[in-house]
Amino acid sequence: MDLGLPLDRAQASRCVMTSYAEPSADTSTRPVFLQGARDGAPFLLVVAPFAMLFGVVATEAGLKVYEALIYSVAVIAGASQFASLQLLRDGAPVIVALVSALAVNLRMAMYSASLTPYLGEAPLWKRALAAYFLVDQSYAVSIVTFAKRPEWTVSQRLAYFFGVILPICPLWYAMTVVGALVGSTIPPALALDFALPITFIAMVAPMLMTLAQMSAAVVAIVLALIFAGLPYNLGLLIAALAGMVTGAAIEKRMEARK
Amino acid sequence: MTPETLPQSIDRVDLWIVIVGLGLGSFLLRFAFLGLVGNRQMPEWLLRHLRYTPVAVLPALVAPLVVWPAATGGDMDPARMTAALVTLAIGVFLRRTLLAILGGLTVLYLMLWLVG
Repeated sequence: MDLGLPLDRAQASRCVMTSYAEPSADTSTRPVFLQGARDGAPFLLVVAPFAMLFGVVATEAGLKVYEALIYSVAVIAGASQFASLQLLRDGAPVIVALVSALAVNLRMAMYSASLTPYLGEAPLWKRALAAYFLVDQSYAVSIVTFAKRPEWTVSQRLAYFFGVILPICPLWYAMTVVGALVGSTIPPALALDFALPITFIAMVAPMLMTLAQMSAAVVAIVLALIFAGLPYNLGLLIAALAGMVTGAAIEKRMEARK
Repeated sequence: MTPETLPQSIDRVDLWIVIVGLGLGSFLLRFAFLGLVGNRQMPEWLLRHLRYTPVAVLPALVAPLVVWPAATGGDMDPARMTAALVTLAIGVFLRRTLLAILGGLTVLYLMLWLVG
């Protein structure tokens, strides 16, 4: 994702740096990594308060600071961390806490599948590392950009992905600790809860160009609202799968018509 | 969350089972396709569906947060709703992500300030 304006400047600076190379054959990874870091930066606003809140909730549940940190490092998925901790705190059986939280993370498998056509050729250990860092934000930013930059090599895509991670994941760990130590989070009056919806809408909206893409989004939104009450985030999965089926079906029909 | 309602202390074995199990399980979910499918060619029908993952899953993730924001206790909130619609409109019509984010946040804070 280029977040709007940086595109021209980034391209210009790359041309200056590698003016001897053909721009179309530019396979350098460094500028792409930096672009990723820039594109991931707005999520500082989202990640910082959310991670702090986890630190606060964890210490309130009686966890030591290092336990909260290991929680965040091992799982690195906010919603499932909150869900499992809450269930443990309520005295739910450990298997219930575990399975419920894993269900919340089922969408990660969809992210993984969606990125595989772009990153599948990378060495196994790099794919494993990317998989560990696959969170809502890194997926959203990367998939939007990969779709726009089909000419990128696999190394460039990986560099971009790890660039996006740079402002997000270390902050997730750090702010968990800060929240656990300080015991309070960013005041709700700042309405940072809404930074995530706004950022995701702003990233997806420019992708809605064809009838198939728009229909997929509309079906997904309607079903997500209808099934919002289902447990374990199941509504999200149903809505997303139905949206994908809708988009694919319409794409196929339009192709057949040509 | 107040001192009066002291949480019952979480059993340490339970805690570590959840941390380790959830960490490993989440990794396996994330690794499932990236790791196991890798560069093997996926069938065309699957790729066709996967192309629609972002435009389906991200709106589905966001829609309930817009309509029933947690910050207002799940009550519909005109400020957040308007901000989301403005963000969507800028994104769809101008196709500029950063502009859409800035526009959405501006409207959000304006509305919160005006409506309270």
